[in-house]
Amino acid sequence: MRLPLDAPLATRLLSLFLREEAGKFGFRRAVLGLSGGVDSAVTAALAALAFGGRRVLAVLLPYRQSSPESLLLARDLVGRLRLRSVEIDITPMADGYLRGVRGADRVRRGNVLARCRMTVLYDLSAAWRGLVLGTSDKSELLLGYTTLHGDSASALNPIGDLYKTQVLALGAHLGVPEAILRRPPSPDLWPGQSAERELGFSYERVDALLHALVDRRYAEAECVAAGFPRGLVRSVAGRIRANQFKRMPSLVPKLSNRTLHWDFRYPRDWGR
Amino acid sequence: MDFLVALAQTRPVLGALGENLDRHLEVAERAIRARARLVVFPELSLTGYHLRDLVPDVALRADDRRLARLARLSRRASIAVGAVEESDDHRFFNSAFLFEGGSLLAVHRKVYLPDYGMFEEGRHFAAGDRFEPVQSRLGRLGLLICEDLWHLSSSYLHFLRRADSLLCLAASPGRGVTGTEGEVGTARAWNTLLEAQALAFTVHVVFCNRVGFEDGAYFWGGSKVVSPFGRVVAQAADGEELVLGPIDGGALRRSRMLTPLRRDEKALLTLREIERTIRVERETPP
Repeated sequence: MRLPLDAPLATRLLSLFLREEAGKFGFRRAVLGLSGGVDSAVTAALAALAFGGRRVLAVLLPYRQSSPESLLLARDLVGRLRLRSVEIDITPMADGYLRGVRGADRVRRGNVLARCRMTVLYDLSAAWRGLVLGTSDKSELLLGYTTLHGDSASALNPIGDLYKTQVLALGAHLGVPEAILRRPPSPDLWPGQSAERELGFSYERVDALLHALVDRRYAEAECVAAGFPRGLVRSVAGRIRANQFKRMPSLVPKLSNRTLHWDFRYPRDWGR
Repeated sequence: MDFLVALAQTRPVLGALGENLDRHLEVAERAIRARARLVVFPELSLTGYHLRDLVPDVALRADDRRLARLARLSRRASIAVGAVEESDDHRFFNSAFLFEGGSLLAVHRKVYLPDYGMFEEGRHFAAGDRFEPVQSRLGRLGLLICEDLWHLSSSYLHFLRRADSLLCLAASPGRGVTGTEGEVGTARAWNTLLEAQALAFTVHVVFCNRVGFEDGAYFWGGSKVVSPFGRVVAQAADGEELVLGPIDGGALRRSRMLTPLRRDEKALLTLREIERTIRVERETPP
């Protein structure tokens, strides 16, 4: 079953969100990494609505092993949305470090790429005076399918409460090209990487399960009774638990009467 | 009694009392020039909603001198605002202040503090302990704050005590984008409740909800006036707006002629049955 979404309503809310929350901090521009995938495409389209295309800096950050198609699709989207853009090859940056590292497996190497990209985005954020937008959807955030301090780092993440399949529906509404919508999801951190193969399930299947577990608060046994395979339920619930740390700030030991996060609790929009 | 009510659907700055107060005076002045006799602001309109540890920093005593300008303005129209109220014994309430005729006429302290899901009001606020309509020069006004209205007993008590209008100050964050009507799920639920209560209690319902984002939460506005026939007679969208709506004394009278629910209400029966329920529950082992 497809998760429903009122796409026009979500579009309006999310572009309002971007404009207002950025505006409170004195920002009228945004910076984001554009990968050629659906998450960053939808984020870019929302940002273009919120700020105007000329106030959105799309940063294309290929690595020597990145799929050439990613770059082409990202360039095409820049033109369609009339964004400002810059291309920065992160190969020298990443390889400058990785050359001296022995025995790094592809996951470690992929994380280095994601964090190089984050470094560039935050630097351009300061140079361009735009807020860094996140491009992680709710499926990825719950499953922990992100790099800590890499692609998960951002100031505002407009799609963080939408599951992957909802992001696809939103993308269709926003006119994201079919070529992007139909691509198998991939972080493109190594050649041929496929998110669904790596995770072991399709987003369509897991989104319905995540929705049951998280939004509707079904117990694991109830999910099994509702027809989800036991193995899938166990693995997904396990992933949600195991990756909780990625969604939290680092732990501070409680020593005083008023400790950050525990009992020093102020809103982020404090005074705004 | 016929008069115009102004729904001051504002976007407070979180934790900035002075700035919000200035904005209140400006908006109320505009409403008065548009001939409103009652101006209703949202819940916590002077402070913003998601205050957390800011609650004591923005708290006001009911006699705080900073409220004097609002009080003075109330010589020209009655004004309801939302504030953090600090009591003599230093409890903090999520309160509605009603100014009229140059002074503070009434305070309603929110009774039902939601403390579930995304809410944590019970952590920061003390709860009010009564529902009492205010005898205003605009009739009997039953004040409610947001969650209060979801407990039918709140409006029922105002109804028993002969309220003509329910004034609900709200800071309702929107949830649910999976519908088909082009509005958040929360808005649909509220609209059902507001219209149902106007009908069931034969009152005007004046609902003022705030707008804007706080920490990513979207306040959906949708402020409105509902007639005692359950018809929406004024309606705001989800931006900062000042919307005028009619309170129609003739409609109130006709609704009560056609559907004399208040006349026929059996309050004593209700009381008896509630007492019996409590007794039975007390005597029944869990």
